[in-house]
Parts: sequence; C-alpha cells; structure tokens
Amino acid sequence: MRTILHNVSLRSLRVWQRDIDVYMTNWKTEFLPPLLEPILYVFAFGFGLGSLIHEVKYQGHTLSYVQFMAPGIIAIAIMFWSFTETTYSSFVRMYYQRTFDAILATPLLVEDVILGELLWAASKAVIASAIMLGILTALGLVAWPSGLWVIPLAALGGLLFSALGLVVTAVTKNISSFNLPMFLLIMPMFTFSGTFFPVDILPSWALKIAWALPLTHVSFQVRAAVLGWPDPWLWASVLYLVVLTLILSALALLLMKRRLIQ
Amino acid sequence: MVSTAQQSAISASDLSKSYGRFEAVRGVSFEVGVGEVVGFLGPNGAGKTTTVRMLSCFLPPTSGTARIHGLDVRERPRDVKRLLGICPQEDNLDPDFDVLKNLLVYGRYFGFSGSVIRPRALELLEFVALSDKIHAPIQSLSGGMKRRLVLARALLNEPRVLILDEPTTGLDPQARHAIWARVRSLRARGTTVLLTTHYMEEASQLCDRVVIMDGGRILIEGTPQSLVDREVGRTVVEAWNHGEEFAGFLRGLPGRLEEVGDRLYFYPTEGDHIERLLEERFPQQERLIRRATLEDVFLKLTGRALRE
Repeated sequence: MRTILHNVSLRSLRVWQRDIDVYMTNWKTEFLPPLLEPILYVFAFGFGLGSLIHEVKYQGHTLSYVQFMAPGIIAIAIMFWSFTETTYSSFVRMYYQRTFDAILATPLLVEDVILGELLWAASKAVIASAIMLGILTALGLVAWPSGLWVIPLAALGGLLFSALGLVVTAVTKNISSFNLPMFLLIMPMFTFSGTFFPVDILPSWALKIAWALPLTHVSFQVRAAVLGWPDPWLWASVLYLVVLTLILSALALLLMKRRLIQ
Repeated sequence: MVSTAQQSAISASDLSKSYGRFEAVRGVSFEVGVGEVVGFLGPNGAGKTTTVRMLSCFLPPTSGTARIHGLDVRERPRDVKRLLGICPQEDNLDPDFDVLKNLLVYGRYFGFSGSVIRPRALELLEFVALSDKIHAPIQSLSGGMKRRLVLARALLNEPRVLILDEPTTGLDPQARHAIWARVRSLRARGTTVLLTTHYMEEASQLCDRVVIMDGGRILIEGTPQSLVDREVGRTVVEAWNHGEEFAGFLRGLPGRLEEVGDRLYFYPTEGDHIERLLEERFPQQERLIRRATLEDVFLKLTGRALRE
C-alpha cells in the first residue's frame, strides 16, 4: 500500500482542474442530460408504470411507485456519470487525444493523472446528482434536510464507480470494447440493485448477489436520505463502499501504470 | 567523474531498455554538455525515441542510469521534468482548448500561477509567430502551426534542456525552416538541445555534434564535419548508365566503391584530382561529383536495406 501511495500528491488537482475547465466551456450541453433525465424517468416510469403499480411496500411503509423509484434514478445517475467518464471519456483523453502523455511531460506523475481523473469523474457524479436532487425536490419527492446526504453519497459512489471504470479502461484495447463491461457490470447493477423494485422480493440466492453489488448499497442509502427514513445500516454500507473504493482505486492505479509506462 | 557529471546537461551510462527478449536500447553511454545541441540519428527502430523517452522519465530504464543536470531520472522524476522541455513526436495538444488556453493549462501543471504564465505564454506565441492565432481552436491549425505551438509549450517552464523528438517530420520546407530558425535562436541563448531526426540536413544545420544509432547501439559520434571527413572523405562520385570498364577503372583507384541497383557510388581516398581524371578518361560518362554529406556517412554505417 505504501508503494502505491508513494507518489500520490495534491498535484492531481491540476488534472481535475483541466477536466472541469473543459466541462465549464461546454456547460450548457453538459447540464442538460442530468436536468432532463429525472423528468423523463419520473414521467415514463413513475407515472406511466406507477399507474399499473399503485403502491410499493418498503421497510414497513407504503409508498407510491414514483416515490420509490425517484431515489433509484439518482443512484443510477451516480454510477452512470462516473463510470462513463472514466471509461469512454478517459479513453478518449488517453488514447486519441494523448492528453495523459502531454501531462506526463510536466512534473506530474501517472499517480497524479489517475487520481485527478477519479476526482473529476466523482465530481461529475456529484454535479449530476445535485441537479437531479433539485428537480426531484421541485416535484415534491425529496425530504429535507436529510436529502442532503445524497451529496456525500454521490461523492463516495462516484469515486467507486470511476475507479471501476478506470480498471476497465486500463485493460481495454479499443473504445468499442466498452460495450462488454457495460453489459456485464453496469446493466445488471442498473436493473438488480434496488433501483426499480425493492431487492427483498428477489429469491434468496439472488438477494445475496444483489447485496454484493455496490449500487445496491448506494441506492439503498440514497433512498433512505431522500425519503428521510434513517437507515441503521448506513455506516455498514459506507464502510463496504469505502473498502471497495480503495481496492478498485489501487487496482486502477496499478493497471494504468502498466498501461501508460512501458 | 563527479565533476563531469555536474557539468553535463545530460549524462547516460550503459542505458538499456528491453521488452521481454527484445532489446530496444542496448547499453548506450553518452554526455551532452551544457549549451550543446546534439542530434540523434538512426533508421526507424534504432532506439532513438526509446532513449529519449527514458531521458524524459516516460520509461523506466531496464538497466543503467541517466541524469539530467546530475539528477537521476528514476529517483527524481518530478525535479528532472521541471528542468526539461519536451516536444514529443506526435502532437498532443489539448483539442478541448484554444491556442492560448493550451499554454495556460500546461503552465498550471508546472505549478505556475496565471499571472506568471500569461505574459510568458503571449511572449512565446510571439516567438513562434502565432500571435494572431491566440484564440484559434487547435483543429484549425496547420501541421506546422501545431509543431510551433508544441515548441512554445515545451519552452513555458524555461527549460534548461530541450528535447525534440523528430521536430520537423512531415512538415513542408517553409515550416521546417521556421522550426530551425527557432532552434538556432534558442541555441544562441545557450539552451541545451537534444533532438532526434531522420533528416541529415537538419542534423548538419543545427547540431554541434551528432550521434548515429542503429540496432539499439551508438555506432559513432562527433561533429557532422568530422564524421564526414573520417568516414567518407571529401568527395563522392555518383555515376549511372555506366559500363564495366568505368567501374573497373574506379576499382583500380584508392577508395571505396558501392553499386546500388543501376547507380554507382565511389568514395575516393584522394578526391582532388578525380574530376580531371574522369574528364580525361570518360568524358561521355554521365556522372555527378559532389561533396560528401552526413547522409553518405549514415548510409555507409547503417546500410541501404529498408528497415520496415
């Protein structure tokens, strides 16, 4: 662990700054998807599907379907924005634009580039979830102030999924290969992590798998925050997510070093 | 030994790089003095770029050491890179930013504040004649403009050693001469430059000293003129549409004869009278008598076989 952390420094913020500068030059188009996505989902699934499913039994309470699903789409956004940033976008920067090579000609090291990319992708998840939180609040679907917990959860979940993305990027040969991890990692989590239905209706073997998926913990805790029902297992989930984040980040660093320094 | 290491801007000792069983660089040792301009020549795959990438902390050497102003590239990569200006072979300008912003963001990687870097960036854009392109998107620049911007970017941190990896490959003559003029003026200011190139003319024009590499090894090094004098002499006779009698005549003279396809190259040991001699004996023979160049040295040492 010490050798992995050896070269980690605050200089990684320069890389983060570069990415946010690019984001801000295109902010109008960057802000639009997280703004429209919750509205689309709430109308399509919430009200559309919700007219078939009148209520959901969840932890001893009865909820409307749209109330149940709204936090789920924030959790999905946290995963989606950070994972796509360190897969497709980082790959473009690394492979097509050779931005990493340019940065490595300065006093920055690979460690700074990797950490900067992780921080930026997590920031993107935070920005997206904050925008969605605002929209869902306007629709009357968020309890305050507990809803604010979504922000730190987005930061943690964002780091986790961006590290997962970088691990994938480090071993990916070309950009179309990302379809495979999208299908094998992201789609199962998208559907089976308590996002669109409560996990406890799954058969017990599937339930065990669901609780191993990081998105289940993210969606569970985001829902607790948005609904304002404190969850006694909050810190256990956070610990699990932190441990996974550290393992994936170390792995991402190791594999990216192997990829970039030959 | 310690004192020479401190005087050298670059010092490499038995530097090697292997990929599995393939040895890209096989134990090269060389020194570049402060203020010197040194060119690395060699066919593709000679190990030039690998050597340069080890010096600029991109690749860890498999064995051997390299120092920049006495700092070991493996132990002090951040400090080494602070001293270096690096112009990579491929343009890796940031397409997400315009010309000026490229320099400002790059300066930030070095830890310079905006108030320091902005005037310096504007000055460098003036130096590379891009002052009227300050807010142009990168995609709109020509190949030559991109190269000049990469050069300006490499100079932002006021490097003590400038590393140019094939700075003019693929450029038109005007753009190439524009780069050469900049390198010459940097040399006049005392900047140490290490450049790799395929162009012998570039090496002759710019370099105090050239190093010729092939197969991962250094074959020879010296001033361009001394290498020409030592390896091929002053004069070269090129002839075509020649008969066996002409070739036989040259073979009888002191010197080296080489036949490549339908062309004949003769490097006489004593070149002073060759023109008169040939004029008397073979006045009709199509031929060219010219001064020997670095290219003749290069081809003699690395052969004429294609590499790729």
